[in-house]
This record gives sequence, C-alpha cells and structure tokens, in this order.
Amino acid sequence: MLNTIGIWLAALLTLFILSFLYKDNPFYKFAEYLFVGVSAAYWAVYYYYNILRPNLILPLFYQGQLLYIIPLVLGIMMVMRLVPKIGWISRWPLAFIVGTYSGYYLITYLQSNALDQVQATLMSFIDLSAWKEFFTHPGLIAFLSAISVPVITVGVVTGIIYFFFSREHKGVFGGFAKIGIWFLMVAFGASFGYTIMARVSLLIGRLFFLLHDWLRLI
Amino acid sequence: MKLTERLEKLDRRIIFLIVFLAVIVPLLVPLGLKIEVSEPVQIFYDAIDSLLPGSKVLISSDYDPASMPEVYPMNEALAHHLFSKNIRIVAMGLWPQGIPLNQAAMEQAATEHGKEYGKDFINLGYKAGGIVVISALAENIPQTFPTDYAGRPVAEFEIMKGVKNLDNIDLIISLSAGDPGVKEWVMIAQGRYRKKVSGGVTAVSAPAFYPYLNAGQLKGLIGGMKGAAEYEKLVERIGTASRGMDAQSIAHAVIIFFIVVANIFYLTGKRSKK
Repeated sequence: MLNTIGIWLAALLTLFILSFLYKDNPFYKFAEYLFVGVSAAYWAVYYYYNILRPNLILPLFYQGQLLYIIPLVLGIMMVMRLVPKIGWISRWPLAFIVGTYSGYYLITYLQSNALDQVQATLMSFIDLSAWKEFFTHPGLIAFLSAISVPVITVGVVTGIIYFFFSREHKGVFGGFAKIGIWFLMVAFGASFGYTIMARVSLLIGRLFFLLHDWLRLI
Repeated sequence: MKLTERLEKLDRRIIFLIVFLAVIVPLLVPLGLKIEVSEPVQIFYDAIDSLLPGSKVLISSDYDPASMPEVYPMNEALAHHLFSKNIRIVAMGLWPQGIPLNQAAMEQAATEHGKEYGKDFINLGYKAGGIVVISALAENIPQTFPTDYAGRPVAEFEIMKGVKNLDNIDLIISLSAGDPGVKEWVMIAQGRYRKKVSGGVTAVSAPAFYPYLNAGQLKGLIGGMKGAAEYEKLVERIGTASRGMDAQSIAHAVIIFFIVVANIFYLTGKRSKK
C-alpha cells in the first residue's frame, strides 16, 4: 500500500515538474518548493546523524576526547559568517580548510593529473604492433588504432601551442595554434554529445518510471 | 513569411514535443537496435572476468538518485556479474545517497545467486571526507568503518576476515556521478597506492576520464546509459539501460537532425544577408 502511494506521489510530482516545459504554472512551483524544502530537511538530519554526531558530538561529549574542542571552535567560527559585524572570523576556519586541502591535493594531483598523464604521452611515435595488426586485418578501426599515437602527439603539441600567449598567433606558429583549436573543438564536441546523452538518459529514466512502475504499460 | 523566418520563430515547445515522442515511442514499441560493445567497457568487463573466485572487490557507490537512470543499471549488472563469478563485494560510498541504492542492487543479485550478507557481501555505509576516507582505507579499513551501514560491528562478519586495508582488495570500482568519485579514487588509490581502479560514470563526466583510461590509470570505463547497456550485453542480462537504448538512439538522431537543419538555415541565411 505504502509503495503504491509512493509511486503515485512520485508520478504526480514528475508530471508537475515536466509541466514547466509547457509554461510556468502553480503545479510546477508546488513541486519545486516541495523539493527544496524536503532536500533541506533531509540534508540537515543527514548531516547531524552522519557527520556531526559521530565525528564531533559522540567523541567530545560522550567519550571525553578533548582534542575535538578544536574542530568545535573552528565550526563555531565558521557560523560567525551569519553575523555581518564579526563575519570576518569565518575566514580563519576557511583558510584552514583551503590550506589543508591544498597541501593534501598538491602532490597527489600533480602525480595523477600531470606526471602520469605526461608519461602516458611518452610513447613510440610509430606503434609497430598496431600497424602490423592493420596490415594483417585491414579495416577502419585497425587504421585508426595505428595512427592514434601520432594524432595524440599532434593534438597535445598543437593544443599547448594554442594556449601559449607570449607570442602572437601568426605564420607557422599561428597555423599550429589553428590545428590546436580544431582538436579543442573536437574535444568540446565530444563533451557536448555526452551531455546530450546524459540529459536524454534522465528523460528516459523518468518516462520509463511513468510507463513501467506507474502505468505498467511496459 | 519565408520558411527560414518561420523556423527561426518556431515555438520551442514543438521541439520538446518531438523529442518527447522520439523517446516515448521506442519505449512503447522497442526496435531492437544493435548494441556494440566499446573498448573501455570491454576492458572493465575483462578486469572483473580475470579475477579468481573468492576475490574481493570494493564497490564505492558515489552517486545519488538523480543519476539513477545512468548509474544504477551499471550497479545492478555489476552485482550480477560479480556474484555469478563467486566474487565477494565490500561496498561503501563517498556519497550518502548511494548506499541504499547499492544495497538494493546487491540484495536483488544476491537473492538470484543465493548469496548471503556478511559472507558474500557487506555494505560498510557512508563516510564523509572524500580523499581523506580513501587514504584512511588504504591504511586500515576496519578502523575507518568499524560498523556496517546498519551499525553492526564489521569484525562479526566472515567477509571481513583478513581484510585490513586496500592491499586485501583485488579491484576497486567507483560508480560515480561527480566529486568525490572516480577522480579521487584514481588520485589516491591508484596514484598514491598503485591499486587497480575501474570506473562507471555519468555520460556528462565520461570524457574527462578518457585520459585516465588511455594512461592506464583506469582499468576500464563505463560511460552513461550507453556504457551500462553495453555492460548488460556482456553479462547477458537485459536491464533498464538496454531497454532505454532504442529511445536514446532515436532521440540522438532527432537532435542531430535539428542541429544539421538549424546550421543549414543559419548558413544560408548568412549568405543571403551578404
């Protein structure tokens, strides 16, 4: 019974939200405000029981671990932001967070997003095994695989040239920069395509719910 | 009024209606379009298929209900694949709302394959902290998660015997819809501790992970509903992703048609103005 009520509620709220595509209306507004309210309440309760309670309240007030006074004080300082006159105090805990994360991220980020990536581009310009595969079993995929290394190399170099602004993009240098733009455009196009796929997937998810779980047509 | 002018002033709701029909009709009348398995998904599948029975895989459910249409089918197919190969699952999450979703996927697959909670799979729950949690897991899993998602001590469960840190995990899989997610697992678990990491992500974020895949930092990548459908095909299980692929393909064809037509009219309009 509860499940049925839940499905009906979800179906109606889905229709309320989708009604915005026709035009703004009170049903959409109702669903929107309800979502904001429920989300706020959900996260408030969740943060208390899953973060504040196990990580601060229990160890400090029930287990007597006094070291936890430091995060408590930093937390209170953060809330000072709500009082305009002493809002500047919140900058201190923020500085602490930014500093900690910067220190933590710096080396790891450099390793996984720069060094490992650069290392991956340091490969043989001519992939002999891929060319061998192409000549043994000719085909478009085999050909693309064989030329992938030179294409990546050209893409990386010309892409970097495009972002080199200390010299005017003219002549041969400008030509390379233009090739770099083409590579960037292809990358943006791929991102755009994937974004469309994601948005359509969400629509499919909602319509599948309406047709399958609610109306039981499929 | 010329056709180009009429199209320029076209009510956008007509486009919404056409896209709506392009999605709903194939859902009601499936076309059975072919699904080709891409290399990143095949690598993901092979990474799991190469594991021995009894191996332990950590699934981090770093997503929420908003990304369910894309990520949940991966979660379901993955649980079936792992249980069918008698691989044990240690589940957890860097997103709180992913925990019940992963639990539902595992329970459904466990019922089908006769697997038992605590012996064949466990859900450690959610822990706030992102990269800090991953670092802590690399040092000590039971200390980071002393209890499972329902508050029971993890030491009680058979599956956790011999599990001290990430060294005792054979493969890490992050099903992610943003940060913290696959990126953080690659940065810490793979980058710092050199553990094998595979990822399942939403389509929006998929292009950002191809450099990791090409560099060998990721052992396979499932991107969006299309990737999930490919994975369902590999595990021979028709799930919601496969059922949605006809609609996905038709909707894409319609959108491509709109883009081409709009560009033709834009370019011809520009030329006639000159």
